[in-house]
Amino acid sequence: MLDDFLIRAALAGLGVALAAGPLGCFIVWRRMAYFGDATAHAALLGVALALAMSISIFAGVLAVALVLAVSVSALSARGAPVDTLLGVFAHGGLAVGLVVVSLLPGARVDLMGLLLGDILAVGKVDLAVIWSGAVIVVGLLAWRWSGLLIATLNADLARASGVDARREDLILMLALALVVAVALKVVGALLISAMLIVPAATVRPFARTPEAMAVLAALCGAVATMGGIAMSYQFDTPTGPTIVATATALFVVSSVLMRRR
Amino acid sequence: MPAARNSALIEARDVSLARGGRVVLDHVDFRVDRGEIVTVVGPNGSGKSTLMQTLIGALTPDQGAVIRAPGLKIGYVPQSLHIDATMPMPVGRFLALPQRHSRAEQAEALAMVGLDDVARQPMTSLSGGQFQRVLLARALLMRPDILVLDEATRGLDQPGTAAFYRIVEDLRVRLGCGVLMVSHDLHVVMSASDRVVCLNGHICCHGTPEIVASAPEYRALFGVGTQGTLALYRHEHDHAHDEAGACGPDHDHTHDHTHDADGGHSGGKGIKHNSGAARDA
Repeated sequence: MLDDFLIRAALAGLGVALAAGPLGCFIVWRRMAYFGDATAHAALLGVALALAMSISIFAGVLAVALVLAVSVSALSARGAPVDTLLGVFAHGGLAVGLVVVSLLPGARVDLMGLLLGDILAVGKVDLAVIWSGAVIVVGLLAWRWSGLLIATLNADLARASGVDARREDLILMLALALVVAVALKVVGALLISAMLIVPAATVRPFARTPEAMAVLAALCGAVATMGGIAMSYQFDTPTGPTIVATATALFVVSSVLMRRR
Repeated sequence: MPAARNSALIEARDVSLARGGRVVLDHVDFRVDRGEIVTVVGPNGSGKSTLMQTLIGALTPDQGAVIRAPGLKIGYVPQSLHIDATMPMPVGRFLALPQRHSRAEQAEALAMVGLDDVARQPMTSLSGGQFQRVLLARALLMRPDILVLDEATRGLDQPGTAAFYRIVEDLRVRLGCGVLMVSHDLHVVMSASDRVVCLNGHICCHGTPEIVASAPEYRALFGVGTQGTLALYRHEHDHAHDEAGACGPDHDHTHDHTHDADGGHSGGKGIKHNSGAARDA
């Protein structure tokens, strides 16, 4: 069954949707949309460094995404403007990554693949990595759920209730870095933050509790993934962008439905 | 200071803290004991919120120490709480953060703060007064040893503020917890507190409301604008003292003063003096 590239693609996309949905809810609630964006862009630097040091791309991306997330939250805690920091890191990371790649002798990097993803080329090992990452992220979020929620609402309220908001923030950063690292191959750096934000935003009007929103966001991401793969097969369009376009279409439909109500 | 000292629920010992290169707290000594209502007053930027954050453990002092009673449970009501419109959060779910409670416990906590049938409503649909009372209900569900209210009535109108503090006084009696509040509502401070601490980076003065109200440091900070309230308060208070006999300035007197919503600023109407026995009942 796993020998069929379409089935592998679908499973890979589902794994990413499963993790990105609930995590995306936190990104939306905390108004951190550009955080996902910046982490994904800087991931390219991770790819370049991984090639330069001959380590696995997954490890390189994970490391750079973590360093970015931790340093941005540390700097913003000292009062630096977050949107400026994110802009610097996002585009700086992307640019330095491209420069490093060009300096590597004989390295052949599929730039389009990194930016837009190449879900149809997902192999069995990639599948294992994606699903391990997804399970870890969902497990982390489920384990820390209550603490993450209260830390998202108010750091002082969390502290007074015995929850260390800074630790919860770090857990969220770790989860974000993991999702970026596993999703890079599926939807590519440019579209990762879309898979985080669009499903969560789409289901918001239908959710009455945070838990419901997380589950619905994962489902919505799964529907967009399956629909996107089917359409990209039908119309011979690039798969990653087609998945995100499908999710965006769902968002538009949901928004229009809510207006009508 | 109370004559019979319990061990402190929470205590700051010689705490100093700088933020952004400015000394916000300067050698502050502070304590709250079980069953007492302590209010911190001070002008904007005097470090009131910083002191609260230090006491609950959200900030670490640069110098000195904060000592909490072992296993101390804090019911914290923040100055303001913004719930992003993107987050669906019904009242019942909010009350269950971070620990879940039975439906009956939730209903009981909501009833204590005078709210019914709001558990299924989204937090964002509540009025300002309802919202603050839900915050208080959540604090109660923590089974707190101490309630910490950081300007918890900001944005409420005067009747709403008075109603809120009546609930707090009632809870202190029912739960026997300590209460620590930061307030700008000076008439409430004067009526509802056992002890007032006047903060301006350092502790300017502290003691019973009467002591603080007559302290020159306090008057220098709060100026002429509050004189009416203070004069009113002090007149009534002195009167009560005459009846009760001589009181030393540091004596733990047990008069209970309750200012009604509409009476705080407008003459003697609405100010009640209850005899001391009522509070401990």
